Amino acid sequence: MLKRALAIISLLIIGYWLAQGLAGVPFGEDKMLVGQYYLDHVKEQTGAVNAVTAVVVNYRGFDTLGEVTVLFIASTGVGALLWRKKKKRTAKTEGSIVLTTGTTLLFPFVVLFGAYIFIHGHLTPGGGFPGGATIATAFLLLYMAFVQYEIPHRAFEKTEGAVGVAYVLVGLIGLVIGGYFLYDWIWQDWGFGADNIGRLLSGGFIPIIYTIIGLKVGTELSGIIDNMLKEEVSE
Amino acid sequence: MISVYYFGAISLILIGLYAILVKKNLLKILIGLSIMETGVNLLLVSVGYVAGKSAPILSEGIRPSQAVDPIPQALVLTAIVIGVATTAMALSVAIILHEKYGTLNIEEIRRLRG
Repeated sequence: MLKRALAIISLLIIGYWLAQGLAGVPFGEDKMLVGQYYLDHVKEQTGAVNAVTAVVVNYRGFDTLGEVTVLFIASTGVGALLWRKKKKRTAKTEGSIVLTTGTTLLFPFVVLFGAYIFIHGHLTPGGGFPGGATIATAFLLLYMAFVQYEIPHRAFEKTEGAVGVAYVLVGLIGLVIGGYFLYDWIWQDWGFGADNIGRLLSGGFIPIIYTIIGLKVGTELSGIIDNMLKEEVSE
Repeated sequence: MISVYYFGAISLILIGLYAILVKKNLLKILIGLSIMETGVNLLLVSVGYVAGKSAPILSEGIRPSQAVDPIPQALVLTAIVIGVATTAMALSVAIILHEKYGTLNIEEIRRLRG
């Protein structure tokens, strides 16, 4: 009881302190410094319409490579922590008829929607990270509906490694052509899609990188689901 | 007076912190961590909001002067997925603890250690 009271008092102090700090950050006012620069120049510098994804992939692409690495380390960590000699799915109850029928019908559409989100990352809200998470939910559905289902491990691991290498390769090609890592040669040098801004075939290398990120996030989150749902079986 | 979005974000952070401080069950602590993360994301997005402006997607006649700050949204976009991955990692540590000690109560785990 005393512990709870102490916790509440300290939380109130922290809350008051946070509110005091935020009183100096007026809500809804224009506080943009570098953000305004990005908004003003996003179309001619990257060819993308969506400023958020242009910042994520183009202006701060190196950060995003780091974040993909964090994701990779987390998924490797889950795999290493839950590693067992022999693992199998041990779920006993098959999904209900609504779940199994709905999953078989919806699975291709969920994957298609995920692919749509990451291919159109430079035009609509979303991008590679939400698109990949959507694809992983499709595999989660399959795992919940069918007790024996497992993802095709070999294909998934190969895809995961290949797209990771592809991201670095895209950056290195930019280094060779333009002089710095992740230089957007498709937009800056070729001007590909310059009269097409706002349509699918534009945005320089943003759709390519987002396809890479989408595949990587999708395979990694599916691998995490697979690792967590399987249990060790004794010989 | 503090804005309702800041108030909501601070409340979420405090609710999550309360769960972390008071709860004994490891799963509940992790849920508190996730709630706190949601609060931080909401705080970041609402700091970038500009009154009366639209999403930073410059199509269909939206000029650069009519869009909100894109940078906090870019941060939150990646933070959400990274949060999912780190939560998964924390949960797998919890799975191992449950296998080793047969309980998720942190006080019992602490006692069993020595």
